Amino acid sequence: MVPLRAVTDFEEPAPATCREGTGEQGAGTHGTGKGLELAFDGVTKAFGDVGVLRGLDLVIPAGQFVAVVGRSGGGKTTLMRLIAGLDGPTGGTIRIAGTARRGLQPDVRLLFQDARLLPWQRVLSNVGIARGPGWKARAQALLAEVGLADRAGDWPYVLSGGQKQRVALARALVTEPGILLLDEPFGALDALTRGDMHRLLTKVWRQHGFTAVLITHDVAEAVALADRVLVLRDGVIADDVAIDLPRAARAAGAPRLAELERRILNAV
Amino acid sequence: MTAEATAGLENSALAIAAAGPRPWSLPRPDWRPLLLGLGLPVAAALAWEALVRSGLATGRLLPPPSRIAVTLWKLARTGELWPHVGATSGRVGLGFVLGGVAGILSGLAASYSPLFRRLVDPTLQGLRAIPSLAWVPLFLLWLGIFETSKVALIAVGVFFPVYLGVMGAVLGVDRKLVEVGRIHRLSGLDLARRILLPAILPALVVALRTGLGLGWMFVVAAEYMGASEGIGYLLVDGQQLGKPDQIIAAILVFALLGKVADAAIVALATPALRWQDAYQGGR
Repeated sequence: MVPLRAVTDFEEPAPATCREGTGEQGAGTHGTGKGLELAFDGVTKAFGDVGVLRGLDLVIPAGQFVAVVGRSGGGKTTLMRLIAGLDGPTGGTIRIAGTARRGLQPDVRLLFQDARLLPWQRVLSNVGIARGPGWKARAQALLAEVGLADRAGDWPYVLSGGQKQRVALARALVTEPGILLLDEPFGALDALTRGDMHRLLTKVWRQHGFTAVLITHDVAEAVALADRVLVLRDGVIADDVAIDLPRAARAAGAPRLAELERRILNAV
Repeated sequence: MTAEATAGLENSALAIAAAGPRPWSLPRPDWRPLLLGLGLPVAAALAWEALVRSGLATGRLLPPPSRIAVTLWKLARTGELWPHVGATSGRVGLGFVLGGVAGILSGLAASYSPLFRRLVDPTLQGLRAIPSLAWVPLFLLWLGIFETSKVALIAVGVFFPVYLGVMGAVLGVDRKLVEVGRIHRLSGLDLARRILLPAILPALVVALRTGLGLGWMFVVAAEYMGASEGIGYLLVDGQQLGKPDQIIAAILVFALLGKVADAAIVALATPALRWQDAYQGGR
């Protein structure tokens, strides 16, 4: 068993050069993944006259698992696209590991609602989409991590919905990102599969140490997985809740968990 | 593709089925519908043969199948047929390559550049509305009565379906998959090679097949206008000398050549489209 991480206290923001082991830097080297700090300074985003995000000030320490909950249309997906660099903010700055960023980020990966596998490539090539030297071995290793080592040669269409998301998770992790964004990736899965995916996600998060930002409308999912839950309402952070309960003690029905869940539901 | 969402539901069932034989080994095709479809033309041919043999019809204007077969066999055995086949195939091949390349390049330009689309596309659509045979007199005036005008006419015929098909295919590429490529920081070349090209390939193959079909159509027109060689010449010759068996034999050769050329495109594309066969075969 991997020792439980301290989830109660938010560690101090890691120093800007937070990729440790300077010799092994760079995306692509396996096993060097370290979470990166993510910070927002007065970030706004408007589409025409409609302000979707209206001034976000927020620091997510390196390695933290944050869940963002909110009603649909509250700006969750917009926030995600800003972090990934798919869209630019209207105002303010997004800093990763202390430096202001613009454009697509090499150390940020995104798990979408749908797996978005390329139908014309087999599973292994999908995982190794970024290629680079030695990609096959790395992709195979990641497939083993998500429990699909024997499906490397299959076409994506033969996989079940849960298996497709596993492949997408392996693809997101293959370059050891410092930040992993998850945009309601389990929304379309059945309850049993979703439970499996929760366990898998927690496992890889512990092993790889990336900073995780999970977008979800499922408050139960948020409190089960995250260190901290942010409630996004009308484009601002309406509540910031620390889940001060070790993951082992988060069985459904735990009184403290139910209390936190109620608080979050009220804020949403 | 919005089909992805629904496909996901079916696929859990498919995943179980796929545990057995490999999913891309498709079930053996069922020949019975094909045999049924052959029934009518074969019966008609046999009936006509019988009518002519029994003397109830002369078969002067519509020769019986046996006589057409004999004519075809003679043309082939004396070697008279092959220069015609070569000339026609050469014209179609050259026109197809020229028109196809131009169509692909313009289609790509139109889908990448809004400026090109606004500037050039209306003109091309206008030209497309002209029945291509209307160009014949102009091409004859401009390019002479020999090979150039014929190849140009075929190329024009091939160009438009390829242009339209490529433009539509690129504009229809799933933006979500392109986003996956961008997130993983694929270079422009890799994005084109690994995501855009495979995504448009099915539509591109359809466009090329349509273009090639039109190429065969136009070669007849071109050769009908005046040629000393080519299957189209056999048609004209048959008409002028009153040899309906030769006309029908030439028609058969056209059908055969068209079918072979189309099958060649399909065969070339099949390895690259295997994922799609598997995808659709599984439905």
